[in-house]
Amino acid sequence: MKKVMNMVNAINQGLEIKLEQDKAVIVYGEDVGVEGGVFRVTEGLQKKFGKERVFDSPLAEAGIAGTAVGMAMAGLKPVIEMQFSGFSYPAFNQLISHVSRMQNRSRGNFKMPFVMRMPYGGGINALEHHSESMEAIWGHIPGLKVVIPSTPHDAKGLMISAIESNDPVIFLEPKRIYRAIKQEVNEDHFTVPIGKAKVVSPGKDITVVAYGALIREVQKAAALAKKEGIDVEIIDLRSIYPIDRETIASSVMKTGRILTVHEAPASFGVASEISQIAIEEAFLHLEAPPKRLTGFDTIVPLPKGEHHYAITGDKIFYEIMRTVKY
Amino acid sequence: MFKTFDPIKNKTFRVMDNEGKVTAANAKWMPELTDEQILKAYKDMLFARKADLMTVNYQRQGRIYTYPPNYGQEAISGAVAQVMREDDWLVPAFRELGAYLAKGATLQEMFMYFMGYEDGSLFKNAKNFVPISVPIASQLVHAAGIGYEIKYNKKDQVVYTFVGDGGTSEGEFHEALNFAAVWDAPVVFIIQNNQYGISTPVGLQTKTQNLAVKAVAYGMEGIKVDGNDFFAMTKAMQEASEHARSGKGPILIEAVTYRKGAHTTSDDPTKYRTKEEEQKWDKTDPLDRFKKYLIEKKLWSDKEEEKILPEYKKEIDRHFVAAENYGEYPLDDVFKFLYTDMPDNLKSQQVEHERYLKWKEGK
Repeated sequence: MKKVMNMVNAINQGLEIKLEQDKAVIVYGEDVGVEGGVFRVTEGLQKKFGKERVFDSPLAEAGIAGTAVGMAMAGLKPVIEMQFSGFSYPAFNQLISHVSRMQNRSRGNFKMPFVMRMPYGGGINALEHHSESMEAIWGHIPGLKVVIPSTPHDAKGLMISAIESNDPVIFLEPKRIYRAIKQEVNEDHFTVPIGKAKVVSPGKDITVVAYGALIREVQKAAALAKKEGIDVEIIDLRSIYPIDRETIASSVMKTGRILTVHEAPASFGVASEISQIAIEEAFLHLEAPPKRLTGFDTIVPLPKGEHHYAITGDKIFYEIMRTVKY
Repeated sequence: MFKTFDPIKNKTFRVMDNEGKVTAANAKWMPELTDEQILKAYKDMLFARKADLMTVNYQRQGRIYTYPPNYGQEAISGAVAQVMREDDWLVPAFRELGAYLAKGATLQEMFMYFMGYEDGSLFKNAKNFVPISVPIASQLVHAAGIGYEIKYNKKDQVVYTFVGDGGTSEGEFHEALNFAAVWDAPVVFIIQNNQYGISTPVGLQTKTQNLAVKAVAYGMEGIKVDGNDFFAMTKAMQEASEHARSGKGPILIEAVTYRKGAHTTSDDPTKYRTKEEEQKWDKTDPLDRFKKYLIEKKLWSDKEEEKILPEYKKEIDRHFVAAENYGEYPLDDVFKFLYTDMPDNLKSQQVEHERYLKWKEGK
């Protein structure tokens, strides 16, 4: 059975299916129980599965992540929520010191089936700390997997994969498109593999890699480029770590040009990784230097200044043309 | 006073009842304030409430972004205003409008901040007022650090800092109390216990019977106060300030109140609390009680209030319109404050962006 749903509904359904199937799954965080989360992603789950399995925790991110480590070591499968990615940093110590290391430290004795969900990214006219895209921070930590869906379908499939994984997964939800994109999604159990990118639309002139809320902007840019006779291949990365080298490499070998787009700051970012993969895997096919279009190395401005920072379809189009004309 | 109202015994310090009456037995706990000071305090709280309610309306009209209402909690800031000196420090969370105004911040600045201008944190006329801190409880440790500087340089200052009931679950809350206590730092920690952290009731945050008792474990004094009682709050603030100023170390004040509004304008409290509960707390409203007291003392009347409210409205609107007309947010402002000396690679990012803007214009 298929049903039209947005990303909020889709993640909710992914959680519901796993709560139904597996008694070890526990969902908690700030306001996720009675209220169903500030974005309503966990709405109705406490009612259905009870307060022992879906609950409001004290307001303490380090505690939420740290207790989840204990739960995972003891055989549960915690799915925790950080209310906004910008508030996850008290939990950073647990992530970098324990979540990411426990399997290695215990030589595989303790698995770490740990999922940390959090909304991220800009474009919603929010207060400070509610607009950043800091995925590279998590991708930089050995031992973590990091995924970012761009569609309801992928959000549900990746959530189920994340919960079923024995490895810790950071699940970043692009809040700008929580409700903006609707599509038909299979209501049953299905997975989307972690570590596998998706070719959103094939093209022959340039590869554009993006993820999360920016896929829509890339599609706008590709439409503009088409009018100029430029055929864009769009790749939705979906997993920040591990990165799907093969999909990127085979695309660049075909197009000879690559542009990576993200909202996060440029330095030490995902785009640099992608460019390096293009250099390593397809050097002799390159017709232009691998290019990146990213947020500035600045704080995301408050709403009155956020337009300066935003990555728009127009700006992506501009970079596509520059790369093509190189 | 801190011994009399021992949080371990779950005592609550209260001076004025819900009808605005101060009993003879409680008279000794009245703060030292002149009638003029008392009336000014009420009017300032009334102004803060009016501004707060109007801000929620501006938000509903789409003229301002997310805003955290103060409605129902005005006596806490009102009491801080009675003791906070120009040189003292104010280290805010984000729900203490009256205290910001008392410190010298303007409504226009506050509006600008919530409209999305960083310039709203300039506080041109407010000394020692640090910007709003959004990550819960993270500011409390800053207060302890500022307290250290005050001791280090032997200054005559006190730090006032705020947190909510939810914030007492954060590690930094506990670390801040511990640091301040170890250093005997002159910090007054004020918990606005408004019963909810967004949707989560205080009973899910802690197993202790009150929040003031948490001071005990850090070797400092704590007191639970009726946060909707202006007189009790002011008396507690006076004693706390004196304690801190005289080098005896930090104090923890739990101000028991109720968030009559939503957590922020994005929140819907009907999801998690009942009308009955709201009505029960309505009886303790800090302004209603205060007004009853003033009318009884013939210091104030409904007529005077009716007369003054339109004046307040006009002034609040004036600040709001000034904020709305603040003007463009220049691209430079995204870049120029991040470092004292801007690195070259950041400069080149701005230049690159300007090149794009030129292309866009020429299109």
